[in-house]
Amino acid sequence: MSIRLLKAVLMKIGFWALVALLVCYAVFPFYYAVITSLKPSSALFQIDYWINHVDLSNYAAVLSQSSFVQSIWNSILVAFCVVGISLTLGLTAAYALGRVRFRGRGAVLMIVLGVSMFPQVAVLSGLFEVIRTLNLYNTPWGLVLSYTIFTLPFTVWILTTFMRQLPGELEEAAIMDGATPWVTLVHVFMPLMWPAMATTGLLAFIAAWNEFLFALTFTLTDSQRTVPVGIALISGGSQYELPWGMIMAASVIVTVPLVVLVIIFQRRIVSGLTAGAVKG
Amino acid sequence: MSFAAKSRPTEPGAYNQPAPRGRSTRVRRQRVRAAWLFLTPMLIVLALVAGWPLLRTFWFSVTDATLNSMEGANFIGFENYLIHDAGGWYGLLADPEWWNAVWNTLYFTGVSVGLESVLGIIVALVLNAEFRGRTLVRAAILIPWAIPTIVSAKIWAWMLNDQFGILNHLFMTLGLIDAPLAWTADASLSMWAVIMVDVWKATPFVALLVLAALQMLPSDCYEAAKVDGISPLKVFFRVTLPLIMPALLVAIIFRALDALRVFDVIYVLTSNSSSTMTMSVYARQQLVEFQDVGYGSAASTLLFLIIALVSIAYLYLGRRQLGGDT
Amino acid sequence: MAKLVLDKVNKRFGNAHIIRDVSLEIENGEFVVFVGPSGCGKSTLLRLIAGLESISGGELNIAGRRVNELAPRERGVGMVFQSYALYPHMTVYENIAFGLKLAKADKHSVRERVEQTARILQLETLLDRKPKALSGGQRQRVAMGRAMAREPDILLFDEPLSNLDASLRVQMRNEIARLHDRLGSTVVYVTHDQIEAMTLADKIVVLNGGIVEQVGSPRELYEHPRSRFVAGFIGSPRMNFLPVTLTAPDRHDSVVSSPHLGKLTLPIDTQGLEAGLPLTLGIRPEHIVLDDGAETTHQLPVANMEFLGNEAYVYLEVAGAEELLVCRTEATTPWRSGQSVTARIITASAHLFNADGHALQRQVRDQAAA
Repeated sequence: MSIRLLKAVLMKIGFWALVALLVCYAVFPFYYAVITSLKPSSALFQIDYWINHVDLSNYAAVLSQSSFVQSIWNSILVAFCVVGISLTLGLTAAYALGRVRFRGRGAVLMIVLGVSMFPQVAVLSGLFEVIRTLNLYNTPWGLVLSYTIFTLPFTVWILTTFMRQLPGELEEAAIMDGATPWVTLVHVFMPLMWPAMATTGLLAFIAAWNEFLFALTFTLTDSQRTVPVGIALISGGSQYELPWGMIMAASVIVTVPLVVLVIIFQRRIVSGLTAGAVKG
Repeated sequence: MSFAAKSRPTEPGAYNQPAPRGRSTRVRRQRVRAAWLFLTPMLIVLALVAGWPLLRTFWFSVTDATLNSMEGANFIGFENYLIHDAGGWYGLLADPEWWNAVWNTLYFTGVSVGLESVLGIIVALVLNAEFRGRTLVRAAILIPWAIPTIVSAKIWAWMLNDQFGILNHLFMTLGLIDAPLAWTADASLSMWAVIMVDVWKATPFVALLVLAALQMLPSDCYEAAKVDGISPLKVFFRVTLPLIMPALLVAIIFRALDALRVFDVIYVLTSNSSSTMTMSVYARQQLVEFQDVGYGSAASTLLFLIIALVSIAYLYLGRRQLGGDT
Repeated sequence: MAKLVLDKVNKRFGNAHIIRDVSLEIENGEFVVFVGPSGCGKSTLLRLIAGLESISGGELNIAGRRVNELAPRERGVGMVFQSYALYPHMTVYENIAFGLKLAKADKHSVRERVEQTARILQLETLLDRKPKALSGGQRQRVAMGRAMAREPDILLFDEPLSNLDASLRVQMRNEIARLHDRLGSTVVYVTHDQIEAMTLADKIVVLNGGIVEQVGSPRELYEHPRSRFVAGFIGSPRMNFLPVTLTAPDRHDSVVSSPHLGKLTLPIDTQGLEAGLPLTLGIRPEHIVLDDGAETTHQLPVANMEFLGNEAYVYLEVAGAEELLVCRTEATTPWRSGQSVTARIITASAHLFNADGHALQRQVRDQAAA
């Protein structure tokens, strides 16, 4: 065997080892959560690298807590409403910013980009006041409203990027056909924007589903909480006896939908992430 | 100024100024009116959730507001920031806890973003190679990004558990450590625990941006380098790195802005421990737990100013892109 | 009754003055082609008529009505775009019907109009297809159908054939011409291709730098170009230009001389000009006759010969001139590169241009009628 061939084989082995290492690094924590969640409490504290038990008692325990089930529903409600509102407002705004030249467009884009950089804690007290004034404290609606602070800017940003890529003659054809801007947006552009909207919707969904600080601050009672807060607040008898099995089961329950979404739509997510950042 | 015969009004940069007033067609005026109409809902919502709350935070920071008496707050000037009283300096700027939080935040940002950049480039280079199952690997890499921060913090807290954590077990099996480490409780380790989780979660983001840049690189300069027999390492530092630098910088800035306002991973992993307390955690503790809205708002305001400085620097650098063309 | 009148129309983009004082009259049923090099403003002018750009100065009238501020729909114009710009998510039927539906026509009459349009354009069997399932020529026809559906007074075409390959282009050119003959609608058509302009137009408008260089029938433009620009733009291979000196100004028989061609007597009015004035001689490739005749003082070497099958182009080297002299000859021409020939100018068909590029009046009016 020539040295060159040996070198090539070693390179190949090294490469695959690196790939394996990366995949392990990325996937193992979640995999470990799954293993833990499937253990009976008696086996919880022995270390396993493989699935040796399939015991659903942790899942049963978590799902029998009505507050946890309620928090899942709250999260779903909040995430879908946030996606709906962000896409609706984002699409109209993206039409204006992406297709019309007008004075102040740069300033609006600047504002949108600026808001996306706000630290959430910087608006915490003021937003708390707004939500209390609107009587939305301790309701999912308060969260829906507050989540738009981070979903709306990137929705607008990404949709604007996509909107700009649509051919200009298409819009002129619509103008020649006598379409108003609203008709153009709804009947000509929206059908072409579905891929972009799916991408942005996914990103907004994930962001809303994962949010923690606002959910922790603007809700008070178990029945109004979202899943991340619910999981963070699962506690056992004392601080040192956390019910890890249940926590992991809950974690797996809320994460599986996201992991499935990511695997199915990874191309879209990647294009959305890069459109939002690279092209911005 | 030259012009293109096919200039279209929808193409940014096609012309410099909007058409003069009064002479514009009905279509143009209608479009501009529609544009503002379409923007209004978004602007109202942003004003409601971002603009107004921010102004209120600024105001609260110069008052003695508490969570129970936000409306009846009194103006107290800059006392929340700094006051000389009874022979000593008080206020945020004289609070060692605050400076500790500032330092922690900067340390966390620097280390985690640095590690994420290096790891992100490596992951991107691997994903840029052609191999079977690349899509699957890419999906696997994306998983940490999609997992809610709270969940990843909890999972890592379990893996880092001092008595039953798999990481201690693994390290001891490999002979790296002699005794279990209290990752989250030990003040000297907890920051590293937090960084570890953040790096795990955020590296995919950096990797994807870098990967996108890598895939846009022209292949001819690589072929040229190959022909010239330049070593791969040299090619990376001389050719690849400079070319992906813009994308990497964007990723770094996005990550840095995220890291500067980090809250949830630290809150869940190490709670209010002072060895990992960042500006956001500090501000929220003052605001919600100590109910001192005035003082907490002062901290929030300073955090906002720091991030605003970074943002303005970024916007200034990226201003040309904002002008309209993507 | 659809008379399109442009009166000193101007267009500025910022500081750039794209269209300068363009005045035109377009009669009902006329096929008018705007032609010019890229950047001449022809597309902008079309878009001003369409209402896609606002007019910075002057007046635009359609059927006696000032339409400067009207929306495209209200102007009664239909437009075919260069990229066709068909709505990709709609079927052919929906594409054609879109404008009708927006005009709030009732369902029945929409169907009737669409089907009628489809019949004219032979699209009946394609109505349920999406644009991506159509060939280039079919897309082109759908684009025309969409523009025609609302029965506009004026049809506007913006370089509609530039996306097609050469053979399809000729075919579509024919179809457009026949369609115009059949429907008799007023058409304004933009192209950079002078052959398209010559073959389609009743009237050609040559634009250069935002200014109308000349308006006229293809024949007028070809035979009586008013400027060196028009002379050079219309015709392929393009007109030859040679520097000459005016030796004897006259009303009918002006004498010019060139070191390469000798003395020429041209039926062009140079009265009032000074002898010794440098002028430019314009001569079309088919108005040069080559022979190896007795006269040997003004022989030119053949630089190249192009054989096209039905004819051939012979290129002659002219010392001091930037470009080769092109002569159109029969395909059986015996000339080969390296040989020397005598080029005889058909003086009745020659043109003279002054230093500003303006054509001097030719005295052979009767040729246009012949």
